[in-house]
Amino acid sequence: MDVNDRIVSDLVKNKIEFVTTVPCKQLAGVIDAVEESPDIFHIPSNKEDEGMGLCAGAFMGGKRPAIIMQNTAIGVTINTLATLIQYYRMPLPMLISYRGELREPVACQVEMAVHTKALLAQLNIPTYHFHQQSDVEELDNILQYTFMCNKPVAILTDASFWGGYGDQ
Amino acid sequence: MIRSEVLKTLVPMISDELVVCNIGIPSQELHALDDQPSNFYMLGTMGLASSIGLGLALAQPKKVIAIDGDGSVLTNFGTLPTIANNVADNFILLIIDNGSYGSTGDQPTYAGKKTSLAAVATACGCENVVECRAEDTAAEMRKALDGDQMTIIVSKCESGNAKNPVITMDPVVIRDRFMKAVAS
Repeated sequence: MDVNDRIVSDLVKNKIEFVTTVPCKQLAGVIDAVEESPDIFHIPSNKEDEGMGLCAGAFMGGKRPAIIMQNTAIGVTINTLATLIQYYRMPLPMLISYRGELREPVACQVEMAVHTKALLAQLNIPTYHFHQQSDVEELDNILQYTFMCNKPVAILTDASFWGGYGDQ
Repeated sequence: MIRSEVLKTLVPMISDELVVCNIGIPSQELHALDDQPSNFYMLGTMGLASSIGLGLALAQPKKVIAIDGDGSVLTNFGTLPTIANNVADNFILLIIDNGSYGSTGDQPTYAGKKTSLAAVATACGCENVVECRAEDTAAEMRKALDGDQMTIIVSKCESGNAKNPVITMDPVVIRDRFMKAVAS
C-alpha cells in the first residue's frame, strides 16, 4: 500500500467521513486518494479558515472531519483555531505539508517554515512531525488521540516523508 | 426595518429549526429575541457562519439556516463558490444586508455601495438566489423552508442595532446543547 492509500485507510478506520482540502504540490497524491475514497465526502475549500468552518459544521452534524493543507495556512487560521475550534472544544486532525524544510527548492517557503512549530506551540496544539515514511505508522494513534481529547492536532509532513519533490 | 426587526419577523418560523448565527450583534439579537438550544451562536471568527452552516447541512438531513451579514460574507467570499458547487438542498443562507459592519460601529460595506451580493452569488454558480426587501424576508424564508432547494436570501434592510447584552453562555455549553438539538 502506498503512503497516500495508507493515510486514507487510517482516516476511514477512524470513521473520518468529511475531509476538506486546500492543495499543495506535496499533497497532490493524498488529495487524489481522498477524492477517490467512497467512504469520504471530499469538499475542497478556497481558504483554510473556510475549511475549518466546514469541519466545525460537519462535526456538529455528527461526522468526524479532517483538514489537509499546507503549513503556510497556519498563518491564515490562527484566529479560527483559537476562537472556533479550541474555544468550542472541537476535534480537528490537520494533515499539513511542511514546506520549507530540507530539500525545499523554493526559498520563500522557508519563511513560514521557521514559524510553523513556534506558532503551533504558542497555540498549545499537539504537534507531530513525520520525517521518515515509516512515521505514518503513528497516524492511527494520532487520530484516535485527536477524537479522544477534542482538540485540533497538527501532523507536519515534510519533503523527506513524501520522498522529495520528484526531481531530486 | 433594521436587522433585529427582520429577525423578529422570522422567529415564529425559525424557532424550531437549526440556526447558525453570525458573530456579534446578530447573535446577541437572536439570543435576546428567542434563545433556543437549536441556535448556534458564533462568539468569534467573523465570516464563517455560512461555512459552518454548509458543513452542518452536508453532514445530516435536517434543514439548516445560516444567518449571515453582508460584511461577513465579504470577509469570506470564498464561501459562495463552495456553496454553489456542493449543493445541500437542506441549506438556507440568509444574508442580512444592511450595507454596514453593524457590530463595529456601522461603518459602510461595499455591499451597500456598488457590489451586489445576490449578483456575486449568482455569478459563483448559486442557483436559487433571492434578493428581497426587509419586509418580505419572512415570506421568502417561509418559501425556502417549505421548498426542497438550497436557497440564498439577500435581505436588504436598514443599518442599525438593537441594544442587547453580550452572550455570556459558555461556548462548550452552546455547542453541546446545539449538538443535542441536531441529534434529537
